[in-house]
Amino acid sequence: MHNHTVAELAAKLRAKEISSVELTGVYLDRIAQLDKTLNSYISVCSEHALAQARTADQRLQQGQGGPLTGVPIAHKDIFCTEGVKTTCGSKMLDSFIAPYDATVVSKGNETGLVMLGKTNMDEFAMGSSNETSFYGAVKNPWDTAAVPGGSSGGSAAAVAARLAPAATGTDTGGSIRQPAALCGITGLKPTYGRVSRYGMIAFASSLDQGGPMARSAEDCALLLSAMAGYDYRDSTSLDQPVPDYQATLNDSLQGLKIGLPKEYFGDGLDNQVAAAIEAAIAEYKKLGAEVVEISLPNTRLAVPSYYVVAPAEASSNLARYDGVRYGYRCQSPKDLLDLYKRSRGEGFGAEVKRRIMIGTYVLSAGYYDAYYLKAQQLRQLISDDFKRAFEQVDVIMGPTSPTVAFNLGEKADDPVTMYLSDIYTIAVNMAGLPGMSVPVGFVDRRPVGMQLIGNYFNEARLLNIAHQYQRVTDWHQRRPQGFE
Amino acid sequence: MEWETVIGLEIHAQLATKSKIFSGASTAYGAPPNTQACAVDLGLPGVLPVLNKDAVRMAVKLGLATGAKIAPRSVFARKNYFYPDLPKGYQISQYELPVVEHGHMDIELEDGSSKTIGITRAHLEEDAGKSLHEDFHGLTGVDLNRAGTPLLEVVSEPDLRSAKEAVAYMKKLHSLVRYLEICDGNMQEGSFRCDANVSVRPKGSDKLGTRCEIKNLNSFRFVERAINYEIERQIDLIEGGGKVVQETRLYDADKDETRSMRSKEEAMDYRYFPDPDLLPLEIEQAFISEVQRTLPELPDEKKERFAYEYGLSPYEAAVLTGSRELADYYEAVIQTANGEAKLAANWVLGELSGAINKSGLDITQSPVSPALLGGMLNRITDNTISGKIAKTVFEAMWNGEGDADAVIDKRGLKQVTDSGAIEKVIDDVMAANPGQLADYRAGKDKLFGFFVGQVMKLSQGKANPAQVNALLKKKLNG
Repeated sequence: MHNHTVAELAAKLRAKEISSVELTGVYLDRIAQLDKTLNSYISVCSEHALAQARTADQRLQQGQGGPLTGVPIAHKDIFCTEGVKTTCGSKMLDSFIAPYDATVVSKGNETGLVMLGKTNMDEFAMGSSNETSFYGAVKNPWDTAAVPGGSSGGSAAAVAARLAPAATGTDTGGSIRQPAALCGITGLKPTYGRVSRYGMIAFASSLDQGGPMARSAEDCALLLSAMAGYDYRDSTSLDQPVPDYQATLNDSLQGLKIGLPKEYFGDGLDNQVAAAIEAAIAEYKKLGAEVVEISLPNTRLAVPSYYVVAPAEASSNLARYDGVRYGYRCQSPKDLLDLYKRSRGEGFGAEVKRRIMIGTYVLSAGYYDAYYLKAQQLRQLISDDFKRAFEQVDVIMGPTSPTVAFNLGEKADDPVTMYLSDIYTIAVNMAGLPGMSVPVGFVDRRPVGMQLIGNYFNEARLLNIAHQYQRVTDWHQRRPQGFE
Repeated sequence: MEWETVIGLEIHAQLATKSKIFSGASTAYGAPPNTQACAVDLGLPGVLPVLNKDAVRMAVKLGLATGAKIAPRSVFARKNYFYPDLPKGYQISQYELPVVEHGHMDIELEDGSSKTIGITRAHLEEDAGKSLHEDFHGLTGVDLNRAGTPLLEVVSEPDLRSAKEAVAYMKKLHSLVRYLEICDGNMQEGSFRCDANVSVRPKGSDKLGTRCEIKNLNSFRFVERAINYEIERQIDLIEGGGKVVQETRLYDADKDETRSMRSKEEAMDYRYFPDPDLLPLEIEQAFISEVQRTLPELPDEKKERFAYEYGLSPYEAAVLTGSRELADYYEAVIQTANGEAKLAANWVLGELSGAINKSGLDITQSPVSPALLGGMLNRITDNTISGKIAKTVFEAMWNGEGDADAVIDKRGLKQVTDSGAIEKVIDDVMAANPGQLADYRAGKDKLFGFFVGQVMKLSQGKANPAQVNALLKKKLNG
């Protein structure tokens, strides 16, 4: 049962071949058995899930179910969930129970999705390996010596290991696409503003975007329909109609123009990863696509400008965790300053503190123009690169990550090397474009992901392009050993 | 040496919106602590601000009323600092691009001339909560009811040259925001408060001296006293060979002095940057025109109209339009009093204002309503009572004895206009004062006033004074 896709499970639920309670039970059992190894969940909410499943079953009985009613899902622990702990992977929020649901969560609840639990993640979504979580590292189901990627590493590992049919993730610089690539699943970061950020704990507000992580593009299409849409509570969400993402999945790719940015295939890209990407491109040619080489000349500016903008916003976004109203507070503070210093010093991990310090520095008087303002100008250059590219091509393809999953601990002490693992994904956030990662092969039994980048609000086209590939390949159906 | 003072004011007006600037929580004052703070105001993880359009409308109103430029695009920025009553660790404000710029307002000086004061900018921002340092025995309480309340910070040019001018400007703005109904102006509750930037320079110099900022002045009196203290302090300092240090100072009303809070070196680096949670505020001309149509008659327009339409002196017109409530009261009185504008002005500025000031009440709380006062004025004009008796009637109405007719009736204050009755009183007075009568008739004209007084006294003030005069003259001359 756990090997079925969301689309298949939803059909079985509607056909009453299985009840949501039974299905939820299957996943809860698997989590209980298998997650000790992976550590992909921070909280498992069995009772809550079964209660939701019973409600879903009633709706299905009465014929009131929607396309996803009764399907279990895991939410990244960055989405606030009323009554269920929301930690954001941090000691700071270890005891925090939100009094409200994030819009993504409430929309899921309305659809009838069943929340199995909250998945592990890098602390405050800051990391590319899931090693910065207060709740310990997550392991890659394909090789438990390897990282699952980050920051949505728990969601990626849980979906890959069939501990959830699908999960939500968030992506600030690659946090959906990179773990999806490293765990061999399909993940979509929508256009900035497509999915409401309300109740999604902020890392870098101008870059953060929630999206689905599942095993197929078709599943991502189903889930995105349930997540996307304008939300008055998020002023940056865009008031644009949500298309029927499934309706166009089977559109032809004849004449599709694929752009391959030469900057994405240069130094630093693993040869075997490159070979897997080239093989996937060859499949697309068979499907009728044309391939052109393009240039995104400002690609090299993406990582440095991102590491100014994102920490700057983070330093301000994380100021609210001060030990005063909720969250971690140090023992017996001497005075206000001591309360601040120790609550934050003890409540945040090293990577979060590093970024708060970088962000505070780049916003300081006298440095603002040289760093923050300059980075915003570079951001415009990066967007302009994409704008020019999309005058020529329909989609941009390349590797999601320069290598397959690296080993746990391998880059943990070298932040710059770690930051470079997001070199292909970051520019997409800087421009606010939609991006996907789809599995296209393996290197040493570790999955390779290919990134598809679309123009603004072209999620439907991206899903269509990914789905057509998945119709003729089976990389996305492979199962990690020990989790079959 | 002669010194010139240079003052600029930053006035925070709390906007009279129903809900907060970035959340749906109520802005009502005086609720139990932390009962009017929702998830957004508490700065819970994941919450986002949504701009209240009414706050924008109010800012535009002030911009239009001060002849300012309304920015087609302005930007909200985060002002970052840590304090327990600042839940997010930053205040959402406007920094580089405010919503209103380049306005001006005229103030009246003591010599009767007027002076134009520039308004540099007005920007929207959220208020912080309140830290309560008393009542908690060594601890600090935090009340976040006020957190997120919309403020309009109005920054003047350094055009003010004395504490008196500063107060005149502040009063004018206070009146304006109330006319516009964008701020209740309640200074005790902190709805209208002021920071004053004060510096001095040798008279004739065009270089600005080093300024000090006096924070959080919440009454006109404190503004005047704090600025005067500060001017003297700075002059004494310079004349004593010292130098003014740029710093933020607090005014202690009990000791009537300002003292240093923090120096420029200790000033915080607020790390302003555009708030990525809010889109730039774009205001279209159509919105501005719509607000323009809702603008009420402004104080200066009203003052001119009063002088012209009601034949008032500039002084009377200025006082009567000093607040919208007083102006409305006055016009309501005129309406009841069949257009007797001058008489109405005398009474509103005289007896009524006196009673209001004495009681400490607000004009809107006056026990004598415009209808009551107007009704009484009608009894003066139709000769039912004299102006003098009217004072008694007014006092009775103030004490809740009903309208003028009821008071006149109950107390028998109706003026006597029956010539026969008045003649009888005159006869009695003449009979009772034969000596004075003889003297008068012998040429002591001054005694005429004595006889008037006696007649009025005997008639208990009710005899019609004009008739008394005429009849008395006739009778005395015999």
